[in-house]
Amino acid sequence: MGKLYKVSSNPHIRSGMTTSGIMLAVIVALMPATGFGIYNFGIRALFVVLVTVASTVLTEFLYGLFRKKMTITDLSAVVTGLLLALNLPVTIPFWMAALGGVFAILVVKMLFGGLGQNFMNPALAARCFLLISFPVQMTAFACDAYTGATPLAALKAGESVNALDMVIGRTAGTIGETSLVALAVGACLLILLGIIDLRVPGTYLVTFAVFVILFGGHRVDPAYLSAHLAGGGLMLGAFFMATDYVTRPVTIKGQYVYGMFLGLMTGIFRIFGPGAEGVSYAIILGNLLVPLIEKYTRPVAFGYRKGGKRREK
Amino acid sequence: MAKLTFTGGIHPYDGKDLSKDKPIQEVLPGSELVYPLSQHIGAPAKPVVAKGDRVLAGQKIAEGGAFVSAPIHASVSGTVKAIEPRRVVTGDMVMSIVVENDGMYEDVGFYPQAPLEKMTREEILEVIREAGIVGMGGAGFPTHVKLSPRKPEKIDYVIANCAECEPYLTSDYRRMLEEPEKLIGGLRICLSLFDHAQGILAVEDNKPDCISLLRQLVGEDPRISVKALKTKYPQGGERQLIYATTGRKINSTMLPADVGCIVNNVDTIVAVYRAVMEGRPLIERIVTVTGDAVANPRNFRVRIGTSYKELLEEAGGFKKEPEKIVCGGPMMGFSMFDLQVPTTKTSTALLGLSRDDVSAMEPGPCINCGRCVEVCPGRVLPSKLADYAERSDEEAFLANYGMECCECGCCSFVCPARRPLTQEIKSMRKIQLAKKKK
Repeated sequence: MGKLYKVSSNPHIRSGMTTSGIMLAVIVALMPATGFGIYNFGIRALFVVLVTVASTVLTEFLYGLFRKKMTITDLSAVVTGLLLALNLPVTIPFWMAALGGVFAILVVKMLFGGLGQNFMNPALAARCFLLISFPVQMTAFACDAYTGATPLAALKAGESVNALDMVIGRTAGTIGETSLVALAVGACLLILLGIIDLRVPGTYLVTFAVFVILFGGHRVDPAYLSAHLAGGGLMLGAFFMATDYVTRPVTIKGQYVYGMFLGLMTGIFRIFGPGAEGVSYAIILGNLLVPLIEKYTRPVAFGYRKGGKRREK
Repeated sequence: MAKLTFTGGIHPYDGKDLSKDKPIQEVLPGSELVYPLSQHIGAPAKPVVAKGDRVLAGQKIAEGGAFVSAPIHASVSGTVKAIEPRRVVTGDMVMSIVVENDGMYEDVGFYPQAPLEKMTREEILEVIREAGIVGMGGAGFPTHVKLSPRKPEKIDYVIANCAECEPYLTSDYRRMLEEPEKLIGGLRICLSLFDHAQGILAVEDNKPDCISLLRQLVGEDPRISVKALKTKYPQGGERQLIYATTGRKINSTMLPADVGCIVNNVDTIVAVYRAVMEGRPLIERIVTVTGDAVANPRNFRVRIGTSYKELLEEAGGFKKEPEKIVCGGPMMGFSMFDLQVPTTKTSTALLGLSRDDVSAMEPGPCINCGRCVEVCPGRVLPSKLADYAERSDEEAFLANYGMECCECGCCSFVCPARRPLTQEIKSMRKIQLAKKKK
């Protein structure tokens, strides 16, 4: 017998999609929002992004050295760092941003088993951690470019907002959340590449819109509704964080349930809560419900009726 | 009208251009032919010749061992050299009859038993059984068993599986183009076994030439229709095909006959035609030899028992160093570490791939992306099932429809983390099936 060829179980071909390819696509899709954030808030925004990304990657690198299993090449730490930075105000002290990065990777991700094992979106968990620990710095949206409140805070106070500014993103807020256009460009890219679909973001936004119409006290007021949809972290959250594979249900029905839950919770937090924001808390609460949602939305296999009974002839 | 198809599935690179325009070409075997006694589902065949016997082409050399079994015939004339274990495509050693080819190709003489219209249902089935016909698409289920359902009056459809959804394979395509009348004739024979069954020729729409040719030849026949299916893997999977053409659904605990369907592959139906109309047993088939490492991809008419190595030589050998050799299609075929194994009744193709996608990357952790869930034609959760299988959680595996996996390979194909999902699930299914048998 001469040379032996490689053997393995079927199938023998694979699609071109890889984990790091997906992460890279998400990074590219976040670039418009990042770029606009830097343009809108000034060069300090770039430094916040760099510090946060450096802290997430370095944390994962050091953890990898410690556990003798290097995982930074999958690029997921970069995505976490970038998402966290886009969820921070530009004025945040650098050490605080770095601390958030360490928390996201070490506590939320690696201690639970690394990529794929975290039960909460690391970037959002870190944001909420910072929000609870340092409420003043985390909500200080006044900077060189803007003095006033975010559009959502203004909306909550009963003031009117400029819809065009919100679409373009010329408003106060966190680094990456302000520009609807920049976020839409990135979201379209992810949809076209088949990396995300509209199940979660679609049901999320529709449910939220219905909630606002029913309970917002303005009925069908296009200006009020669009300000709510474009304002705050809703678009960033719906398209880039609610769609996080690891922390959303894997069942198809479950994704609709999850989207509806997020819309409902965001509505409750925004309309009835004391703060103007609600997306981050809604999503991490949703994350916690994922195992339950998955359990009750297990699909019925092909050729079976609901209830698992053998199909009658 | 929406295209006939199923939910899930994938669109891999199909590679059919390499060999689809190559007409079927006869290959004469070398000096030695090997006939494994187990080349079908069911009991192994029992040899009826002994070492030293002279045999003729078409002579029965092994008898079916049970009802679910099939006899085997010599494909050349020559002398029985040995009856011994030989390696087959799966890597197993299987008891085989080895025949020394004398190069004369003397046959036993083929003549039909009787005109079709004078034969009874039982006689036709007996001819099919005696001819050693089994499902030639890969599974190898004895055809006479398939055609003898418990309630033949309940059969509404006989479906000819002309989908050929596996990438690279073009043997059925060439068969349809070159011998369509035998396919249609074979389908008519199958239909004659059932009082009111309709015949369906189900072809993927990437073969428009076959569709129009078959439509033209079928003409106004009220019992046969040609249906164009959406091109998508695994469109030719039995459950997917039945659903796409009839809207009926079966699961792993059912047979197609439970929903009034019988599905046969192109080559199988042609074999039925040749057995009944020409009196020829199953001793040859069409094998595609292709892949980017093969010098001259071809479709060969092969005498069963010929070594793969000879087919490859006939196709000009390798032009590039192959990393992987696959018997069958790239999605469900078997990889082989050596070429010195015989073709059997179920050999559809030989693939030489210069790059092995599987060993090119290490599996990573599941990121729960859900791609496997989207593509699974069984509508189960492959990532979860693979996880249960890995942890030997048999209860959860069974409760979550683990046995419904048809091993089509779509989940492994799309997995961005390169997890061997199909393999994990397949292993656990094998364990469960073995337990059931006990």
